Amino acid sequence: MFTPSFWRMKKFSESVPEILRLQQEMNRLFSSAGQSASIDYPAINVWEKDGAAVVTAELPGMSIENIDISVTDNVLTISGTKKAQELKEGENYLRQERIPGSFQRNVQLPFRVDSKEVDAKYEKGVLVVTLPRLKEDLPKKIKINVN
Amino acid sequence: MSEKELQKTESATAAEKIRNVKTFVPRVDIYETKESIFLIADMPGVDEKTVEVEMEKNILTITGWTEDSKLKDHSLLFSEYETGDYERSFTLSDEIDREKINATVKQGVLLLELPKAEKVKPKKIAIKAA
Repeated sequence: MFTPSFWRMKKFSESVPEILRLQQEMNRLFSSAGQSASIDYPAINVWEKDGAAVVTAELPGMSIENIDISVTDNVLTISGTKKAQELKEGENYLRQERIPGSFQRNVQLPFRVDSKEVDAKYEKGVLVVTLPRLKEDLPKKIKINVN
Repeated sequence: MSEKELQKTESATAAEKIRNVKTFVPRVDIYETKESIFLIADMPGVDEKTVEVEMEKNILTITGWTEDSKLKDHSLLFSEYETGDYERSFTLSDEIDREKINATVKQGVLLLELPKAEKVKPKKIAIKAA
């Protein structure tokens, strides 16, 4: 009567990617437990693909001239100034929640970056910086000689 | 600056969505000039196609949603922010001319111009010499 309805369940093999994703999320969640949340601005997400890191940051309403990106060895620096709206006489704020000012953020990466190949995009207020690993540092395959 | 001020605020009041994403409250600046009231909302990740401004009676609602915020074929190593939808409502007074509301989006920032109705604009009264 109350047997689980197995026919409704997905095949186990179909749910494997979902389970793996869940496990990754859990690992990520617990690896930062205990540490105080970062108050650094901007908040960043770091992605990885084929040895290259991709750093994304939400920086709404900036102009490209006001964002500086630099890379030295394995440290990425994002800095800039968020300008305040200049009000004329007789104009006044009824509410101000967006915080103007300058910011700087250093991100240390686990590898040296090929600074010539760094690519940065700024679209819809989101900054995307692609940082490829230095070629000399990429793992090399070692051939085994047979006597 | 306190910690809270720099982070995105999740909306507690947003209606339950079918989409499995979080809803955030965009930060806004509102300032007033003689002619209009300007509303600036930070909504990173939205463009003109993914933002909506709606007027119902005197409630102005701005909504936005972000798509493909997840990078394809990439694995997430470290995360400090999440993406999702945006929603926030404002109650307008009668002094706003609803027909002339103007909205633009630039680099994830929504700018709304809410012009004041003619009747409430400050007028100078000419004084005649008797």
